[in-house]
Formats: sequence, structure tokens, C-alpha cells
Amino acid sequence: MSDSDNVRVLKQVGTRPIRPDGVDKVTGRARFGADLVLPSMLSGAVLRSPYAHARIVSIDTSKAQALPGVHAVVTRDDFPDLPSEFVPAGEMLVNYREMSMNVMAREKALYDGHAVAAVAATSAGITRRAIQLIEVDYEVLAHVIDVDEAMKEDAPVLHEDLFTAGVEPAPTKASNIAKRVEFGFGDLDAGFAAADVVIEREFDTQPVHQGYIEPHACVASFTEDGQAELWCCTQGHFVVRAHCARLLGMDVSRLRVTASEIGGGFGGKTVVYLEPLALALSRKAKRPVKLVMTREDVLRATGPTSGARVWVKMGVTKNGTITAADALLKYQAGAFQGSPVQPGAMCAFAPYDLDNVRAVGFDVVSNRPKVAAYRAPGGPISEYGVESVVDELAAAIGMDPIRLRLENAAKEGTKAAYGPRFGPIGLEATLEAAKAHEHWSAPLGPNQGRGVASGFWFNIGGDTCATINLGEDGSIALTLGTPDIGGSRASVAMMAAEELGVPAETVRPLIADTSSLGYTFLTGGSRVTFSSGMAAVAAARNVIDQLRERAAKTWDIPVDAVVWEDGEARPASSNAGEFEPLTLAQLAKDMGKTGGPIVGAAAINAQGAGPSFGTHVVDVEVDRGTGRVWVTRYTVIQDAGKAVHPSYVEGQLQGGAVQGIGWALNEEYVYGEDGRLQNAGFLDYRIPVCSDVPMIDAVIVEVPNPRHPYGVRGVGETPIVPPMAAINNAIANATGLRMTTLPMSPPRVLKALENAALPAAAE
Amino acid sequence: MAKTHVTTTINGDEVEFLCENDQTLLDVLRDELHMNGTKEGCATGDCGACSVTVDGRLVCSCLMLGVEVDGKSVATIEGMAEGSELHPLQRKFLEHAALQCGICTPGFLVAAKSLLERNADPSETQIRYWLAGNLCRCTGYDKIVRAVMDAAAEMRGEAA
Repeated sequence: MSDSDNVRVLKQVGTRPIRPDGVDKVTGRARFGADLVLPSMLSGAVLRSPYAHARIVSIDTSKAQALPGVHAVVTRDDFPDLPSEFVPAGEMLVNYREMSMNVMAREKALYDGHAVAAVAATSAGITRRAIQLIEVDYEVLAHVIDVDEAMKEDAPVLHEDLFTAGVEPAPTKASNIAKRVEFGFGDLDAGFAAADVVIEREFDTQPVHQGYIEPHACVASFTEDGQAELWCCTQGHFVVRAHCARLLGMDVSRLRVTASEIGGGFGGKTVVYLEPLALALSRKAKRPVKLVMTREDVLRATGPTSGARVWVKMGVTKNGTITAADALLKYQAGAFQGSPVQPGAMCAFAPYDLDNVRAVGFDVVSNRPKVAAYRAPGGPISEYGVESVVDELAAAIGMDPIRLRLENAAKEGTKAAYGPRFGPIGLEATLEAAKAHEHWSAPLGPNQGRGVASGFWFNIGGDTCATINLGEDGSIALTLGTPDIGGSRASVAMMAAEELGVPAETVRPLIADTSSLGYTFLTGGSRVTFSSGMAAVAAARNVIDQLRERAAKTWDIPVDAVVWEDGEARPASSNAGEFEPLTLAQLAKDMGKTGGPIVGAAAINAQGAGPSFGTHVVDVEVDRGTGRVWVTRYTVIQDAGKAVHPSYVEGQLQGGAVQGIGWALNEEYVYGEDGRLQNAGFLDYRIPVCSDVPMIDAVIVEVPNPRHPYGVRGVGETPIVPPMAAINNAIANATGLRMTTLPMSPPRVLKALENAALPAAAE
Repeated sequence: MAKTHVTTTINGDEVEFLCENDQTLLDVLRDELHMNGTKEGCATGDCGACSVTVDGRLVCSCLMLGVEVDGKSVATIEGMAEGSELHPLQRKFLEHAALQCGICTPGFLVAAKSLLERNADPSETQIRYWLAGNLCRCTGYDKIVRAVMDAAAEMRGEAA
């Protein structure tokens, strides 16, 4: 489908129209997860475990059931145990047995906040009272929170049936280590022997939450004949349908899921939490049930990304050739296996062209909420360690860190550390742009430092449908299946408009429910503008073929003699005959006479997603009295392939960078000795606020992806990869201190400054 | 528990409602009056998604009780556009792409309007500190700050 060789003058792609859903969102009309109200709707709530690890001896719901106004109570008894099988969800795998155990605890509660029961009643007040009347007898067990502690021989074991996969011989004893993975090639010993400088560091990162401002919410409505409707804020309603149907034992065709507007996801809304519970409650009550999480629930019971221990060793020659690279990654999975350690290991050294490389990863369960995808899942953690060490290597050999990266940068044809060879990629272009940017050579003030780091993400494609319905007036309805989190409706409509030769505003995009469009994989993996764009282009070309046929019929000439240009059918040449062009509106008006309605459809498995690389430059100022690190200037440079709507590409780059600033400087989960989360609110789990950050300069580089009709690469995930290392490197540049723990919060930085001052004072 | 009868003004319209004494203004707006434009992000006053003004004062509606607005005047996102004319802030948010998911947008707009009523020519720093009580996880704030500055300039009659 590639036509990237054609030199096309683009009229829509690359412009900045107002997004089609914009007015709804600035006027309060847009309906998000918690905004739906149905007649006779019940209010639901979830009872959650106060213990990190406890055997649930018994659950007595009789008093709650007896409370007037209570219409349904569900517990583990309402969810059948499922066989263990892995299926893909986003960039991660899910296991239905474990998913079911996560949405509702079975024999054991495995983390503070694990759902134990749910209630639906006629008012929120009655629901709250009913929750308090449920009696749960817990036998509290020893728990484990830290990843290294969880890997020890004598650690409390979460799952008696979990045996480490990927090791020989297969273990005979259950442990918390779910899996070992390894990627790489070459001869590490020879590589390190050839190095003039070898640097080895261990890093510690904390789990961070996606921090979407909209808590999870849904409304489920079951009928007496076993059909159901579900409204929810999700990144993928087809995936929600699949998960819920499986967990509730129903055919997917009997469950219609509508994606509400979604108030942020960043990967965290690719899984189900409330939805199966609301459906189970509604199935019992035969009335609609709404469930909405509190912010505390979101932080305690939904997936952050992993915290990890990351060990990195790299060697370099004096002239700047990286000769060997090795990493050991231990990622927290939360209470069930499935951390993003595999993509983390694959990403770790992806920006480099290496002969000798290895990354080993361990997936480790502990008594924390099950991790979920978070923007480039796994990548930021491993690349933080690698990019910090690369900076140290550059300093050790006295080479500019951008030059060291350029000397070793992956390019077209490079065999990636995780196996395949790269096609055209833009890492060098982002590094060259960083070097040339005025920011890189701007003067710095006292206590200020500058850092640079690069980052990589794979990007994906996958199953995607789109339909285009031509209106009788020539206007166009575009139906998509990927929930729009950040303006993707605009970008996809622009590509359809470009094909059809009409203004973007003529195309009205809609996210259809699961009964109105073919299976479409979720919004994730930076796949929407790529995949839904590809499907919309295919659907538009399908419409154009039909329009040409109608014109050919009207003119009574062969369809090959009709071309589609600038929104109208024209004779291909004067040989075809002299005809006045037929516009889209004219053809639409007459479509009843020329053959009936015109509907274009595409059902594709989008292939050829192009990886995206970025390079970030950041200035910080370190307050030596408090340890507070201020980000004073920030520049993001990233390859977008082709920026369809540049404003929303910039928005992805800026938003990803600021999430990374939060990860680097503020955000962490704090657990007490009792295994309970101590900072389950936005006051204490502090995401960056407006006054914490400067303007974020976003520079788009375009190295087209040859596999996409407009050259698009996904852009959403890569920008969260470089910030932690870039800021770490800037702090080192400002202070001479090499931090190895995230977040680099004021107490940690102050302590490091004080420790560094001690020997100096003694001299 | 007997409900309390409250008479208030919302976006210029006289409104009466019954509410529990412990019901927040946010819950009254959303659950009793079905004005869903005001959002709940935390219910603890940390995120600003529920921002409204009461007698011109910017508040988190999750931290105020419904009964407290008796006899007062409440302004919410639903009252920001005048007829078919978007408020300049609303228009500039769209032009600058100052929203991605849009869940925080009503709160930001209400808060920014409140700022511009007090200070027609705020500096970037003043905008950043005034809006520090509104969390946005998508945009990194850059385009929001630019949209507010641009709207302020337009409202002062300066060409953009």
C-alpha cells in the first residue's frame, strides 16, 4: 500500500485543524466513564483487602444482603476459576486465570487494595453501609514488597504453583520468580577485554503510576435473556469485551461494549478491574450498575509500572567505540506475573550498534498491585540505567556525550540487540538535531547542569477496522474502533480527508461500539495513528474505487478511464472523453440511482510499524540547601516519521517528557512495614504540577516509515524513555554526583550532596 | 436523614435542589443536577478537575458542601460559553491543542477564567502558580500555559 515514493502535495496531512471532538471537551459536554446515568441504575462499591497478604478464611455477606436497598453482592463465589492461558493485551500478555483472581481475590488477598467483594444498592450511602456489613475472616500471612527480598530462598511465596520459566533445569520448588529472559549475541568477555574503560553500576527504580486524572468507571446493564451492555473508560473496548466475556462465561456477541471518552490511560486502561464486577452485579440485580473508583482505589489497586533493580556494565575504547554491553534487570510484576521485563530487556541497548551485548531479565511477583502497561512499558527502566552509564563512559574518555552516541548509534541495517535488523530509523537524525539545537550550547548558570539521553520504542500495529459511510450530501462519517485519548480522531480523519480530497472538517470521525465495527485491537503501543490511519486510508480508497465506478457508469466509460483528484471524479485523459468532473457531493446525491449507498470498509492487520527514537536535552538547577532539583529548560527531539497533526505530536512529546520528569524527581510508591500503601492520593503521590516545569520545546524530525501510506511512526511512548537518564546526567553535570536511585527527590539529593561533602570537608 | 432544601444560582439560572447535609457540591452538581461537565479526579482537593466558582471565588467543589451554596452564585464549565460564542479561553484551548484527553480541561478553563478576572496580563510564572492546583497528566502544561497567555492577550485587545 506504500506510495511514499510519490511526491504528493499534501493538503490535510501536516496541518493543524481544530479537533472534531474539541468543542465537546471545552464545554463539559463530553461524556467520560463516570458521566453515564441510566434509569433504575444502582450504585456499586468494592470492598478491598486491608492486608498485603492474607488467607481469606470466610466471607459472610448475609448482613449486607439483608440491608434494605441492597440488590446484589458478589464475591469469589461468583467467578469461576479459569484455566491458565496467556493471551496478548497491548504489549503485554495476560493470563485469564490470574486476571480473574486479580479482579476478585480467591483463597488469598495478595496486596493492599485487592478486591474481596462488591455491592450494588439503590444509593451510594446504602452501598457504603453494606460494604461495612460484609464480614471477612482473614488469616494474615507474611508479605514481601521488595524485589530482591522476594527473590530470596526463604521469601514468603505468593503462589504455590509458580515455577520459574526459562531456566534449565526447571525448578521443582515454587518461588516468586516467574520467568527469566535473555537477549543478545557476541562475546562479552572479548568485548570487555577490548575496552579501555569499563563502567558498572546498579540502579534502583520505584513503581510509578500512570496517573490518569480520570479514575476507572463503568456502567453495566444485564438483561434477563443474558445479554449485556457495558459503558466504560478504556483504551480498548474490544479487548474489554474479550476479557469480560471470558471472565463471566458469555459469548462476545452478547456483550456490547461502548468506550466512553477516556480521561487518560497511558497503558493503565488496557486491562479490566471494575468491569467484570459491575457485570456480575448487574447480572444478579438485573438493573444497571455503576462502579467508580476513588483515587485511593486507583493507586492501591490498579497497575503502576514496575519498580526494578537494574545492573548495567558497558565498555568503551578511548576513541569511542562501545565494545560490550551487559545488563541484569529484576522487575517487580506485582501480585501476578507479567512485568514488562521482556520489552525492558529488548529495549535496553536498542539505540546502539553493538557486537557484544546481553540483557537478562527476571519477572518477580511480590505483594503489590499487579503492574499494568505504562507508556513504553519496561523501556524507561532499563534505558535509564543504560543511558546513565553511557553518559559516564563519555565523561571517562573525555568525549561529548552526543558524539559518543553518534559514534555507536543504531541506523538502517543495524542488527538490534534484541534480534531484527532496523529499517530506516531516525536516531542519528535526532542526535544531529540535538547537537545543532541552540539549547545544547547555551550558557549555564551556577548550580546548573545539562544532560542528554536517547530512547527507543518498538511501536506496534495489529488488528484494525474502519468504515466510511458517504452521506447523501457528500459529507463523510468515519467509524473507528480505537478509543481516542489524545487527538487521534483528528489525525485519522485528516488522512481519510487527504485521500478523498476533501477538507478535514468534512470527515466526522466516531469511535463505534463493539457491535458496530469489526474487532479492533486497543489504543496502545503507539499504534492508533499508524494502524487506524492505515485502515482509514484503505477504507477511503475503497470509497474512491466505488465513486470512480459510479462516475464511469454515469459517463458510460470504463472505470479505468476515471481518476479521483481533488475530491472529484475526472476523466483520466482527453482520450476518455470530455466530461465535466463529478464532485463528491454530486456523486453522493445520485448514489441511489447509480447503485445504492456507498460504504467503504477496511479490516486489516496493520504491519510494518516503524520504531521511534528520541533524544532529550535538559537543564537542571540543584538547590544545594534543600536538594530540590528544578528543571529549567527542556528540549525533546523525536522522529515522528510523518507528523499528521503536528500539534498533537508535540503534545505527546511534551506530555511524555513531563511524566518522565515526575518519574525522575517526585513519584514513588511508599509502603509501610505492614505492607500497606502510605501515599494513595495526589497530595503524597505527587505528579508534576504546572509550576514545577518550564515550557517543553518539542522538535519533530521526520524520517518516513516506508510501510505507512503517509510515513507515520507511533510517537506516544518513546518520549517517556529518555527523561530519567537525561535528568540524572544533568544533575551529575551540575554537582559531580552520580545518582543511582529514582526518584531523585529532595531528601535523596540532599543526602547525596551531604555525603559528597563529608570527605571533601575532611581533606 | 432529612434532606435540605437549597436555593442557589447556577450559571445565571435560579436552581433549587434537595441534598443530604454531607453531600459535596461536586456530588450535587453531578448526581442531583446531572451537570456532568465538572469532573471528579480525586475528591480530596488535589487535582482541580472539579473547579467551579462560588460568588466569584475559585473552589474545588469536592471540598465544599452542597448546602453551603444556598443563596450564592455558582459558575461551572457549562456556563462558560455565551450562546454560540465560545469564551476566548475555550477557543484558544482548541487552537493551541491545549487538551489531549480533556478530563482536566473544564477545571483548567474555570481556573484560568478566574485568574484572568483578577489579572488581565499575567506572566507565565503567575499562570503556572495559579494553575498549580489543576493537574494535567497529558500535556505537560506547555500548550495550556500558551493558550491562557494568548487568550489573555486577545481579551486585552492585543493582536495575537
